[in-house]
Amino acid sequence: MVSVVAAPARPHARPDPRAVAARVVDPEMPMLTLEALGVLREVGVGADGHVRVTITPTYSGCPAMATMRDDLVHALRDEGYDDVVVQVRLEPAWSTDWITPEGRRALADHGVSVPGPAPRHGGPVPLTLAPVRRALVCPRCGASDTRLVSEFGPTACKAVYRCADCLEPFEHVKEI
Amino acid sequence: MTDHDTPTPGASSSASTSHDHDADHGSVYDGLLGGDDSRWAFGTDFEDPLAGVDTTIPDGVDAAALASYCLMLGDDALVASHRLSQWASNAPDLEDDIALANVALDLLGQARLLLTRGAAADARLVPRLPEGSPVPPEDALAFFRDESAFRNVRLVEAENGDFAETVARLLVFSTYRLALLQRLAGSRDGVLSAIAVKGVKEVTYHRDYAGRWFLTLARGTAESRRRLVAGLDRVWPLRAELFRTHAVERTVAEQGVGVDPADVADEVDVLLEQVLSVSGIDRPEVPPTGTVGGGAGRDGRHTEAMGRLLAEMQVVARAHPSGRW
Repeated sequence: MVSVVAAPARPHARPDPRAVAARVVDPEMPMLTLEALGVLREVGVGADGHVRVTITPTYSGCPAMATMRDDLVHALRDEGYDDVVVQVRLEPAWSTDWITPEGRRALADHGVSVPGPAPRHGGPVPLTLAPVRRALVCPRCGASDTRLVSEFGPTACKAVYRCADCLEPFEHVKEI
Repeated sequence: MTDHDTPTPGASSSASTSHDHDADHGSVYDGLLGGDDSRWAFGTDFEDPLAGVDTTIPDGVDAAALASYCLMLGDDALVASHRLSQWASNAPDLEDDIALANVALDLLGQARLLLTRGAAADARLVPRLPEGSPVPPEDALAFFRDESAFRNVRLVEAENGDFAETVARLLVFSTYRLALLQRLAGSRDGVLSAIAVKGVKEVTYHRDYAGRWFLTLARGTAESRRRLVAGLDRVWPLRAELFRTHAVERTVAEQGVGVDPADVADEVDVLLEQVLSVSGIDRPEVPPTGTVGGGAGRDGRHTEAMGRLLAEMQVVARAHPSGRW
């Protein structure tokens, strides 16, 4: 005897959670996705269907962490993933070296100066009493005559510069 | 210290399934959402800064000592952060207002991680709150401990003084903290090690900032130099305490999870001497601040400034131990 069993109604096909999480943008630099920023470390799906997202903070006091977590939960919930856990991974520590080439392009396209290679310290950290010399190019006019205004800017991850040519201020994501 | 829940639209991740969206209409916050409630920042329920991090105590480590040690380093950061944040809107110019706020924010982040790590290592250190209180352990430690339970060095609790004095204090503190954190990166406790590795990157910027301003003020005008010298004279007496080894520090150093501060004394001294000599400023000849009954900040014995600092920092949280924010 042949029994015909109707195929169960196919649930709405959900997109890959990794792809969903990868679309979530940084709350303070919305031109960057968390993936392009290097904050999104891992997205895994457990046997019971729960999604586990792992993020690494840019700075210890980054006030955007809670928003990132919320945004990830919201984005995944909107795609039908109700059981989402966002966890923190502190080690290895985030570095600007993790910003992807795509992320660097997005920063430059939005007038933000991209970071050079992060400093690596084998031994003791040297004390530098003169301002850090960075060979920067003004993201607005392309001039190379730029001046550091402050190593601390509107967000924890940026320094403030001024272009001596077009006189406009601009932000530089500082190497860390 | 956490982002507490504000009963506004957009909603927390935990509450949104039962959220009454009808009640949201007409909220003054609607315009801030930009039509996408996932962009709302204040919907977060209590957020554990160590969510998902393995906080198991390494073998052979005294959990109580590890927890106390976390409070020492965490309280240094918390109290320094509070003092620096008092510069907000008061600094000599906007750039330094922002710079000091950034330094304070980094230290606050370190404090949150360290206090949370301390609470995870030994929950007995966390003050008890009324049944049902939503206050997480890091906030209970920050806002509900009395002065004698704070383990920070007295250097960080002192009144800010003028900008030059703050620069002098930040130079001494960040030089000390950076030296500690560099060694702490090798801690057998994975959490402390990770906090330290991250902290090194941040405090490097703090020390450079303070060192550059020190040099600038020393070589600036007669007035800026006079103020710097006067500020350094007030900061210097509290420097010796940084390198006194407390019994807890000795224990955690022996167990491979902490750093004996006496071990960084020479390195800190060399670095400070470097800044002093480049700046042409003499080492102050002032005696160190004495101990109180043989104890100092690490023993919970503080200066008069600490009580007023805590009163300001804790008053709102203490008035509403069961409050939701």
